[in-house]
Amino acid sequence: WVQEGGPESHWVCKSILEGSHSRTVRACDWSPDGDTLATASFDATTAIWDRNGPDFECVASLEGHENEVKSVAWSPSGSFLATCSRDRSVWVWEAQSGHEYECVAVLQEHTQDVKMVKWHPTRDLIVSASYDNTIKVWAEEEGGDDWRCIQTLGDAGSGHTSTVWAISFSGLGDQMVSASDDLTLMVWDTSTDPTRSAGEKAGTWRHRCTITGYHTRTIFSVDWSMPNGLIASGSADDYIRIFAEDGVSAIAGEANPFSMLLRQQAHTTDVNCVRWHPKDPRLLASAGDDGVVKIWRLEGELPATSMRMG
Amino acid sequence: MTPGLINPNPKVHEIQDRKLRVEKASAVDEFSVDVFDAAEIFDHLRDIQDPEHPYSLEQLNVISPDAINVDDANSHILIKFTPTVMHCSMATLIGLCLRVKLMRSLPPRFKVDIMVSPGSHASEASVNKQLNDKERVAAALENPHLVDMVDKCLNVSEEGW
Repeated sequence: WVQEGGPESHWVCKSILEGSHSRTVRACDWSPDGDTLATASFDATTAIWDRNGPDFECVASLEGHENEVKSVAWSPSGSFLATCSRDRSVWVWEAQSGHEYECVAVLQEHTQDVKMVKWHPTRDLIVSASYDNTIKVWAEEEGGDDWRCIQTLGDAGSGHTSTVWAISFSGLGDQMVSASDDLTLMVWDTSTDPTRSAGEKAGTWRHRCTITGYHTRTIFSVDWSMPNGLIASGSADDYIRIFAEDGVSAIAGEANPFSMLLRQQAHTTDVNCVRWHPKDPRLLASAGDDGVVKIWRLEGELPATSMRMG
Repeated sequence: MTPGLINPNPKVHEIQDRKLRVEKASAVDEFSVDVFDAAEIFDHLRDIQDPEHPYSLEQLNVISPDAINVDDANSHILIKFTPTVMHCSMATLIGLCLRVKLMRSLPPRFKVDIMVSPGSHASEASVNKQLNDKERVAAALENPHLVDMVDKCLNVSEEGW
């Protein structure tokens, strides 16, 4: 889809990618240069599509997962891909020359389906969210070819109490937000480097606060905007909500520094996905079970005070 | 597959009278809105066949109207069903049948939660979690073998009328 003309103009479907997947396409992710799209499907494959002028061509199909692939993510450098599946594993793929992708690691520590994978925006760290209620952080071993789990967020009852559906980092990568079936969003302090145990900025990631009491059904999606710093969530209660940090620094257990700026019934069905525009601070897209994608524009002073359909 | 039946001798109960439902307000006033209630939801589900017996879920007391909560104003339905045995490995299939039947029968505005009755199943929490994970349900419904089994359980109810 491409937005044509000025900011008030329509979005136009430019291309339909067909012929690769035989079952539901669950997720997609653009490479950092915007020239390649990766799509994850319930058919157990991940397809790689290269932009070729106005068209897209499927140049590779990554096979290996036993069953449904649920999420795919490019590393910030574009040299790695991560995928995850109902088979409980996370796979790391390295992009090689000539559209070749080699699996360099199969990570099997989650005890249930893995719902989403995401890369830290500046460090080569993979974060995975699972039906087993935890979030795991993975890093490449120093000098080695192997990847390993360096931290589990939420083990021993310290995190979410049900499926974690989605994760998103703040623009700088110093914070991460997670969305869960337990009706909460959790914000994590990710400003440290969890691969190091000593020195400046070393240490594990920590729970910072929980945004609770707003959502009435499962939260399927969360996205932290790069340009405006706001958090948007999409829930099975049909609403999208926008949260802002008030600038009050929170001590654990005390007042939550995040408050809801606004909420909007977005669809007449579950909201499955919300995504901010990567550059325009006012544009937000939402996708629902009704088969509709809506583009929203924030009006007024940012932080937002109202919202309408774009 | 397990040899033999999980529950070889289920208790079969009398079914309720199939009374004619009171005429809906809409039959009298075409501008009024039909409100969904537990009795109507029960009507949709009562004839679903048990996966391993030639009896309906109503005959096996797996579902009953008083274990169905309908909040029409908030488009919410909660169904609690009771598997015939604590270790029933068919519980997720029965739950899937209930969900599919309602997906096919109700307007999409409804949010449906399906649970086993508290204390009625050895793996209660995990069955409930799986039945209410819509991604797992969506993937299951792309599995032709599972859809066949679900359709088999549901078809009887169509013919029953």
